[in-house]
Amino acid sequence: MGITQILFWGLSVLAIFAAIMVVASKSPVHSILSLIVVFFAISGHYILLNAQFLAIVNIIVYAGAIMVLFLFVVMLMNLNAGSEPQKHRLLQFAGLISGGCLFLVIISAISETPQAASNVMIGTGNSGLIKNLGMVLFKDYVIPFEISSILFLSAMIGAVMIGKKN
Amino acid sequence: MEIKWYIGLAVALFCTGVVGVLVRRNSIIIFMCIELMLNAVNLLLVAFSKMHASSPAAIADPSIVSNAQIFVFFIMVVAAAEVSVGLAIIVMLYRNTRSVDVNFLNRLKH
Repeated sequence: MGITQILFWGLSVLAIFAAIMVVASKSPVHSILSLIVVFFAISGHYILLNAQFLAIVNIIVYAGAIMVLFLFVVMLMNLNAGSEPQKHRLLQFAGLISGGCLFLVIISAISETPQAASNVMIGTGNSGLIKNLGMVLFKDYVIPFEISSILFLSAMIGAVMIGKKN
Repeated sequence: MEIKWYIGLAVALFCTGVVGVLVRRNSIIIFMCIELMLNAVNLLLVAFSKMHASSPAAIADPSIVSNAQIFVFFIMVVAAAEVSVGLAIIVMLYRNTRSVDVNFLNRLKH
């Protein structure tokens, strides 16, 4: 078992455990901190796959910007475990069962396909480096890139419009 | 590493997000579970792009592999815009009802 496989399993176990903690923990602040751990584990997976640009963007955008925004909102509202609304036990159990069924169905459907044993190239290839991604982004995807700036502008205006008093 | 382990990891993360949306009533946690599902899909897209990196078409034109990663980049862009608007809606919900319970939203149907 090589070093990449040990890293893969370690990061996978960390990601799944932290994801379960997001759903299971009572306090919203603990959920947010667990979600940051998930994002760092996924960034580690991107680095293993030699997609360095996405790993950095994932840390900056998700762990750096989006989760801080979540943390601000939770602290602004002063939520804690005591004021946490709870669903009925039966509904929680039904949700758990249906999510588990979805998991089993997808896994059993995927495991039958002949491509399931195809190899992923770990740690090789330079398609995920910033130089190559930048060339593709600014050659083939210039128009979507510019449209996304309009999307951000409209999102900003929408957030201000919704968020202002009355 | 075989692709099936990546599929298993991504499906596990995605189903955890689905369970979170079904089980929790706090709208912020539900929103975070949606982010978790988006990230599971992103991880799977990158894994598939690296799976196809050794195919003959990708060796002839290496920019094919970059396309999936550009796609993931645009998903992150859309997610960032979505979070800003969604959190504004949650703040407004809290300001009007003094709670982040999604069950308060069922008055929309009356």
